[in-house]
Amino acid sequence: MDALGQYIINGLMLGMIYAMVAVGFTLFFGVLDVIQFSHGDVLMVGAFAGLAASLGVAALGITSPWLQLVAVVVCAVVVTGLLGAAVAHFLILPLHRAPPLNTLLATLMLGSVLRECVRLFYPDGANPKPFPVLLPTSFIRIDGFELRVDNLILLLAGLAAIVALHLLITRTRLGLAIRAVAQDGETARLMGINFGAVVLLTFALGSGMAALAGVMNGLYYNEINFNVGLLLGVIGFSAAILGGLGNVYGAILGGFLFAGLQVLGSAALPALVPDIPSAYKDVFAFAVVIILMAWKPTGLIAERASERV
Amino acid sequence: MSTMTSTLSRRRGGIAVQIALAALVTVYLWLFLQAQSQIEVGVLLVVGAAAVVLAGRLGLNRRIETAARTSPRAGTWCALVGALALIVAFYDVHYVLLMICTVLLFATACLGLTVQFGYVGVANFAGAAFFGIGSYTIAVLSTHTGIPHLLLIVVSGLVSAAIGSILILPVLRTRGHYAALVTIAFGILFRTFVEVNPVLGGPQGLRLPGISMFGYAFSDGLELFDQDVSFYVPYALLSLAIFGAAFAVIKSLERSWIGLSMDVVRTDETAAATFGIHIARWKVVAFMLGNFLAGVAGSVYGMMTGFVSPDNFTFSDSLLLVSIAVLGGLGNPLGLVPAAFIVLVLPQKLQFIQEYRFLFYAVVVIAILLFRPDGLLPRKTRLFFGKEVSR
Repeated sequence: MDALGQYIINGLMLGMIYAMVAVGFTLFFGVLDVIQFSHGDVLMVGAFAGLAASLGVAALGITSPWLQLVAVVVCAVVVTGLLGAAVAHFLILPLHRAPPLNTLLATLMLGSVLRECVRLFYPDGANPKPFPVLLPTSFIRIDGFELRVDNLILLLAGLAAIVALHLLITRTRLGLAIRAVAQDGETARLMGINFGAVVLLTFALGSGMAALAGVMNGLYYNEINFNVGLLLGVIGFSAAILGGLGNVYGAILGGFLFAGLQVLGSAALPALVPDIPSAYKDVFAFAVVIILMAWKPTGLIAERASERV
Repeated sequence: MSTMTSTLSRRRGGIAVQIALAALVTVYLWLFLQAQSQIEVGVLLVVGAAAVVLAGRLGLNRRIETAARTSPRAGTWCALVGALALIVAFYDVHYVLLMICTVLLFATACLGLTVQFGYVGVANFAGAAFFGIGSYTIAVLSTHTGIPHLLLIVVSGLVSAAIGSILILPVLRTRGHYAALVTIAFGILFRTFVEVNPVLGGPQGLRLPGISMFGYAFSDGLELFDQDVSFYVPYALLSLAIFGAAFAVIKSLERSWIGLSMDVVRTDETAAATFGIHIARWKVVAFMLGNFLAGVAGSVYGMMTGFVSPDNFTFSDSLLLVSIAVLGGLGNPLGLVPAAFIVLVLPQKLQFIQEYRFLFYAVVVIAILLFRPDGLLPRKTRLFFGKEVSR
């Protein structure tokens, strides 16, 4: 029971983080039909911005963990929002008419740039950094199973963020504009929607979600390093693709599915093959992704307008 | 009669231009490779950049292009002689020879990427993984079996292509971003796999014995004309031979109907299918051929460095290979050598960017994509008949 509960909590946690990353990929693909491959590294920059904010706030002498948390989240979201919009403005929109491969490469390279910048220019950025413990570390006992309060708060916060995003997209004028641009950019422009502004806002929004995921990741593991974005970005992208690009719910589903695969891998593999290292869980998860791609080439919930002839 | 003599004299002029160019480039590279101080390197870089700009202004580029077109064979031989001259000139400098080998082998792997990205348009972001499969294959087989190493190099390429064939189904069924994901996932999967696999040495990697061929071990070094010759010289010659062979194959492939079919598959699959071109076949051929070349290059590289570890085959290294291919001008095999030179040797020479090299590549590639999307030496439309013939 104890182990099972731990696996479930871990899976939900990872799934929430992956889903929040995947949502960004799918939003960007929706509005511009591009893959923003530096998304994971934008997330990492957000987490580092949050870390810097917490250090700054602590230096100011504010010791309340809740205030620190607010500072971390606000700083991370604002920095990545601006960064995401800047990426869209200076890199993705100018390359909009270029072949998709060029955009893909340019954003992959931008990811390298961000990664290297943090590694080289953040003080001692090459080593893993401890992330401050800002949430209460007490337990709630249910049937002998110890549920950590910080995990519960993180899960609820992630859920709230996803619900808020859902409401934003379905209930507000901005959401309507995003959906219109996603459906048909030209027509949306003719209807008087400011295409450029919507694109930039979408990128800011998606990147902000990634920043939240980055902070969650930092709070969950109490550690971040400059490399975290690469794997999270690839996993988020896999999740978005598994769910079908351009579909927000597919991305969320894909995120939880990928987390499920990883947890299943780490739980089931040792049972099937004794003394197998747990690091095989990523091998297993990626192998399943490749197989799923071969089976359903455009994801489980297929794109509405398929580009196939 | 008079047209014949004029063609002949033009061809002679073309050959002379190419010989002069090859000599100039060789001397420049010789100066560059032996430059020690940062000031020397800086001056040489400025001179090189100025020469390129000046040649563009004075229309020399066009003359070189015409020369290359009138006598296509001469350029290849000149380049070969130039490369040999460099190897001879640095016969006892380990470090420079190692750099020459690295450039040649990475350029070979990038020839594979050129076929995949540039001709058929199959995305492969796991270049370093296939390079690594070559290294690991030869590491395992050379320590546990007695197969001749020359054969093992080919076997490594074949194993690399065979393992790559696992990906054929997903790569064929997906397109664009989706195909990119498949190869990225494979690259990370490979790296994680070798890192956690105790048989393959885990994070520490494996040691390799070094190539021995025809009863002669490369690592022994040798003595010629009473001079100690670096043990990298045989590796450099082998790398040059492999690169030359691969280059010749790819170049003739490009000129043949196979290259033409591949280009059609890349530019428009619907049109290709309408003309009866088997899309899947050419994608498979290109994917396998590319991975084969990466595997061959990887096996020689592994034997040369004597050591393989998972850290050499990360996603960043795959990106590095792709940046070489893009920097050189996607689809242009000729551009790969200068591109590989810039990406691999420049950071070694300019020590102050050594630490920042990944940043440097990434920024350079982004700038190229934004301002010169065709690369340094853009690919030309192929001309099957010279102007004289068509006239």
